[in-house]
Amino acid sequence: MNWIAASLADAARLAFSLDPRLYAIIGLSLAVSLASVTFASIAGGLIGAAVAVGRFPGRRVLIVLLNAAMGLPPVVVGLVVYLMLSRAGPLGAAGLLFTPQAMVIAQFVLITPLIAALTRQVIEDAWREYEEQLRSLGARAWQAALTLLWDTRFSLLTVVLAGLGRAMAEVGAVMIVGGNIDGVTRVMTTTIALETSKGDLPLAVGLGVILVLIVLLLNAAAYGVREWAVRRHG
Amino acid sequence: MNLNRRVFIAGAALLAACTACGLSAQAQEKFITVASTTSTEQSGLFGYLLPIYEKKSGVKVRVVAVGTGQALDMGRRGDADVEFVHDRPAEEKFLAEGFATKRQDVMYNDFILVGPKSDPAKAQGKDILEGLKKVAAAKAPFVSSGDRSGTHAAELRYWKDAGVNLDAVRGPWYRDTGSGMGPALNTAASMDAYILADRGTWLSFKNRGNLQIVVEGDTKLFNQYGVMLVNPARHPHVKVDLGQAFIDWLVSPEGQQVIAGYKIGGQQLFFPNAKP
Repeated sequence: MNWIAASLADAARLAFSLDPRLYAIIGLSLAVSLASVTFASIAGGLIGAAVAVGRFPGRRVLIVLLNAAMGLPPVVVGLVVYLMLSRAGPLGAAGLLFTPQAMVIAQFVLITPLIAALTRQVIEDAWREYEEQLRSLGARAWQAALTLLWDTRFSLLTVVLAGLGRAMAEVGAVMIVGGNIDGVTRVMTTTIALETSKGDLPLAVGLGVILVLIVLLLNAAAYGVREWAVRRHG
Repeated sequence: MNLNRRVFIAGAALLAACTACGLSAQAQEKFITVASTTSTEQSGLFGYLLPIYEKKSGVKVRVVAVGTGQALDMGRRGDADVEFVHDRPAEEKFLAEGFATKRQDVMYNDFILVGPKSDPAKAQGKDILEGLKKVAAAKAPFVSSGDRSGTHAAELRYWKDAGVNLDAVRGPWYRDTGSGMGPALNTAASMDAYILADRGTWLSFKNRGNLQIVVEGDTKLFNQYGVMLVNPARHPHVKVDLGQAFIDWLVSPEGQQVIAGYKIGGQQLFFPNAKP
């Protein structure tokens, strides 16, 4: 089990090396994932709340579709976004392929259904509890939806974290639409894939350890914020 | 509560805006996109060569490293300015289709047959066709990258020239991994299999396990790299000036010297051979 020690040593060496390239890669990973999660949370949150509170034809089908879309294979999303953004594709003129923006778009497509489906569940449970109360106050459906989104915000934080986790961990989509270009679209996961290709397994696992630690830190921070906020606002 | 809510929403919007504009800020620099092969990327050549060129020209070279087949497809779709690949027949086809008007030699290295130290198929030697015949006869495990890369195309040509009909003899011994050169080498190392590799990737590959070179030095193992500018008549947005400047530099005495100067452990990986 030599490689475990070697990998941990590599992880420690990397983390403390102050190598600006490594920090650029970590920074890009965070920037891309945070941007896509922010956009996906806004879109997914609104979609989820609308489906939870609204009553319209095709609602059940939409719920099943949203739930199924949580399992969208990243590589398929990547391929479709690639074909859309490619010069030969419908959005090719924008020249977005192989840019961080393309990666944000791919991750947005990937995690919006996840956030929408989980939000729908959270809001629907709250709606069941508060529907009468909200209706008696004369709230319209969209007002009720926004109120419930706000009231369940601490539960929704977990939903957002699930989205962030998927975005940070994903490699198939960003590899295809980003191209893993050194210094431009190379993120943590694509670097790990590249180092694995080069047969530098300890370095690859070392980077993996750092990635896991970052995700852990983000979750710990979010948990802390939540605890603090719950204590403050009840 | 209302104030809280506004602050929260404003914060989220600000975060989104910041990351979005931060990400687009780096798109302002001058750059070209080069579709190239995993062998040039994973051997470390680009990591050595590009900083030298970028410093000299002020133009950033963005390399997307995939198999040669996929790299050429990128050019066909108009997603690259320059092609830097190593599969002569596929490059000729690309030219014939009109996606480029000129192809230039840049450099060469060679393919090698790699196998387990114990060499169960007794493939050791100087003749790649003989070596492959023995591997097939012994049904010794063989890993193919199977990814339409230049190396994969070469491997299929060697099988054909060796008179081995893969479709007929294909069995569990022939493992088509459908991955790049590096992952295929990882697979071969873990199952003590034979594999055709390019020397550059092999020299920089760290997880060799029990593998060593079994056949090398056959003139048929010659591996030529070529460079092409994607035809602007087919894709008007191709950066003709910047792309051509990069090509001109690669085949210039200066660029050729830089290529010759890239070494791993004292071994030269690529041999420049552009025609002046």
